Amino acid sequence: MNVAVSVNGTQREADVEPRTLLVYFLRETLGLTGTNVGCDTSSCGSCTVLLDGESVKSCTLLAAQVDGRSITTIEGLAPDGDMHPLQEAFHRNHGLQCGYCTPGMLMAAASYLKENPSPTEEEVRESLEGNLCRCTGYQNIVKSILDAAGSMSGAKA
Amino acid sequence: MATTERYIGAEVLRKEDPELVTGQANFIDNHVLPGMLWMAMVRPPYVHATVNSIDTSAATSMPGVVGVYTAADLDVGGLPFVWPITEDIKIPSHYPLTKDKIRFHGDAVAVVLAETREQALDAAETVSVDVTELPALTTMEDAMADGAPLIHEELGSNVTVHWSHGGGGDQSVFDTAPVLVQEHYHQPRLIPNAIEPRGCLASSIPSMGEFTLWTATQIPHIAKVTLSGVCGIPEEKLRVIAPDVGGGFGSKLNVYAEEALALVLARLTGRPVKWIEERSENYVATIHGRGVTHDCTLAGTEDGKILGLKFVEIADMGAYYQLLTPGIPELGGWVYMGPYAPEAYWFEFRGVLTNATPTDAYRGAGRPEATYVLERLVDAYARKIGKDPAEVRRMNLHPPFSEATASICGLNVDSGNYEPALDRALELADYERFREEQRSRRDSGDVRQIGIGLSTYIEMCGLAPSNILGALRYAAGGWDAATIRCLPTGKVVVATGTSPHGQGHETSWSQIVADGLGVTPDDITVLHGDTQVTPLGMDTYGSRSLSVGGVALHFAMEKIKEKARTIAAHELEVSEDDLEYTDNAFRVKGAPDKARTIPELAMSAWHAHDLPAGTEPNLDATAVYDPPNFTWPAGTHICVVEVDTQTGATDILRYVAVDDCGTVINPMIVEGQVHGGVAQGIAEALFEEAIYDESGNLSTSSMTQYLIPGATEIPPMMLDRTVTPSTTNPLGVKGIGEAGTIASPPAVINAVVDAVSHLGVTDVGKPASPERVWRAIRDAEGGGA
Repeated sequence: MNVAVSVNGTQREADVEPRTLLVYFLRETLGLTGTNVGCDTSSCGSCTVLLDGESVKSCTLLAAQVDGRSITTIEGLAPDGDMHPLQEAFHRNHGLQCGYCTPGMLMAAASYLKENPSPTEEEVRESLEGNLCRCTGYQNIVKSILDAAGSMSGAKA
Repeated sequence: MATTERYIGAEVLRKEDPELVTGQANFIDNHVLPGMLWMAMVRPPYVHATVNSIDTSAATSMPGVVGVYTAADLDVGGLPFVWPITEDIKIPSHYPLTKDKIRFHGDAVAVVLAETREQALDAAETVSVDVTELPALTTMEDAMADGAPLIHEELGSNVTVHWSHGGGGDQSVFDTAPVLVQEHYHQPRLIPNAIEPRGCLASSIPSMGEFTLWTATQIPHIAKVTLSGVCGIPEEKLRVIAPDVGGGFGSKLNVYAEEALALVLARLTGRPVKWIEERSENYVATIHGRGVTHDCTLAGTEDGKILGLKFVEIADMGAYYQLLTPGIPELGGWVYMGPYAPEAYWFEFRGVLTNATPTDAYRGAGRPEATYVLERLVDAYARKIGKDPAEVRRMNLHPPFSEATASICGLNVDSGNYEPALDRALELADYERFREEQRSRRDSGDVRQIGIGLSTYIEMCGLAPSNILGALRYAAGGWDAATIRCLPTGKVVVATGTSPHGQGHETSWSQIVADGLGVTPDDITVLHGDTQVTPLGMDTYGSRSLSVGGVALHFAMEKIKEKARTIAAHELEVSEDDLEYTDNAFRVKGAPDKARTIPELAMSAWHAHDLPAGTEPNLDATAVYDPPNFTWPAGTHICVVEVDTQTGATDILRYVAVDDCGTVINPMIVEGQVHGGVAQGIAEALFEEAIYDESGNLSTSSMTQYLIPGATEIPPMMLDRTVTPSTTNPLGVKGIGEAGTIASPPAVINAVVDAVSHLGVTDVGKPASPERVWRAIRDAEGGGA
């Protein structure tokens, strides 16, 4: 079946098997391999992308379900080729180690900071309930997101 | 030779990050080759069964299927097991595809190749197997019971190995000491759960007999040597590449069936073969950790002096040995004395086969198991003699020593100064205040009780002196290697034999080399994880990378500087003795402006227009470093919890870790390792457990049932360090990758028990789930009835 979707601001279209998951549509049909797969139960959040600006796990959706809608992946988080404040903050605060969960963490955080630009530490931790990391113990991920929230609100002011 | 330390010890931001935060990293599942086939494993839903027949006909005719293969169809040898720890160890046969018997849920009987991932998985579902089921032996007790069926008939027993440390000191204290504390502890199996599942891609050039294997592994070098034998590929024709690897924690410190099968199927078909593990497969087919039970004895005095420590363990091997399986409990066998100085020591264990996933190295590998029972036992001792557990620890800590010193375990400990870490941890934990709060809540009968748990630990890492590994019957050495090439443009390429997967070697190695050669970390590129690019190496595990591979950098730089000095003396027309290396250059003594930097000398060595007689062009060197000893990090962790005595729920109020990993190269990375290690230890203590049902099925078979903690379950941590340089190596480094996981489980469980010990509770089990804690309280209140 035909799926047409805006991905990172570019219109993309492809014929896919009806059962194709969004994450494999992104990775294998469109070649956007920055979104990772970590489980088969929608538990780990590695595959998190933005659907019309809100975070979703791309392993829980069929490509067919996003026909006509807009997707942002890690490759499109900072569309102009610079780093997004969250990417910079993860680097600055050692918010990643192996980096496998990182794209999902970044997309979840990007979505959450839009919803709540000045969160508390506890709120950040709660916002990450759908994303697992096995390397960092979350401490520096939380620190990174709080740091990014600060720099993003500073940039706006 | 003096160097200027500008980068060692600094929080240099990681060079690895840009590709990882932008989605440009190259994990295994990103690898695609023309003509590539997908491989799927056929793992029938049995855990113990005789295979009567396998019907692959339906699968063969499925769309896109290129072939379905059973063991009879393939030319492949047994999988590697490299640590036969005793002379009389019984070693199970272990093939990539099982031939006549299924022995655990991960055992595959066939493999499917198809044009797409989905076609391969669909076809694998249609392979049918006729079996005669046998009783599932998923606990060690079942497997050791009289009359239990044999998992490997040819071995004659399910108990396959007995290893004894042999003891240290006068064993009579275990009969004569005024106080004997005896405890029994069980540590369940854990599932490592690197967030990236395993996967591999094999390709060949058939006319040349050459093979390349990309694999999500911690050990490309060991994989190359062993898979060469398994697959019958001459070693020089096999290249193994670890691309970006998404975490390991020991689960990728192995050589697995799928890697061998991908290679032999690439040979058979002449096409590239790719396999990516699904998470549900990972839970049954990738190694588990722990799975041990200990009987423990502490002999002591009435006033708190530990006289003897004795541990007898049984360890669940699973259905086969993977790369190291029985070596893991043995590795723990050298740290049961902890940072203490007992007069007597005993450790032995038996390895038991079960119908479960093989166990092997999971972060800490033997040392968490040892530290857990030791630190639990010390708390039990403190309770028995009515003393504060911090005080009992303090009075038993080994006195400080700055030279390698013989330990009761039989090995020499490199250096140690344990009390400052205890003091600092008590201070950060606000120990006295929480003890006061605990007394007050006990007095008032508060529903929510406070508990404080300590863990003063030591670990043995930096694997390892090759001669000791040989004496322990391990098949390989413990050295590592580095090649440093100074390019004419002033840049430096480092090829390391370590294989990082999140630890930041590119950054830390750059810091070491930048200081040594007078360049910046940005001038340096670190290559790793490719047996053709870095042919010498022993890879990454056992907190060895810095203290072995990192130290190899030091010795390679020594060689480079020796040659550079010769060229500098020639160019400056002085004798070598007239030069000193200071402020990032060779300078003429008394005339420091007459100088040559290493980058300048690299250019001279490259164009080679005017080199001293007998000097080879170019400035590069390789060093292979075999450590003379292990390294022995240590420290104190303290956990403060609040336990709801009505529900059994535990909240961590404070977590303090004061670690001593010797000299620190990058404090930011060290802290990150501690955060992650502690989080895995907290997970082990409170949440994680692989559970099998009576018929042998894994009940915790996905991330929805196996409780990996998220950001709300892991508390913020307070960290600090003491620094006692190692005497093993010239950098003074020890290792930090596993310390958090080794130290934290007993700190947490001791805290939970401490919170309810006044109710008569002495153990809560592990993990300390609300139900277990609630039951322990209820049982204690019922007088054990």
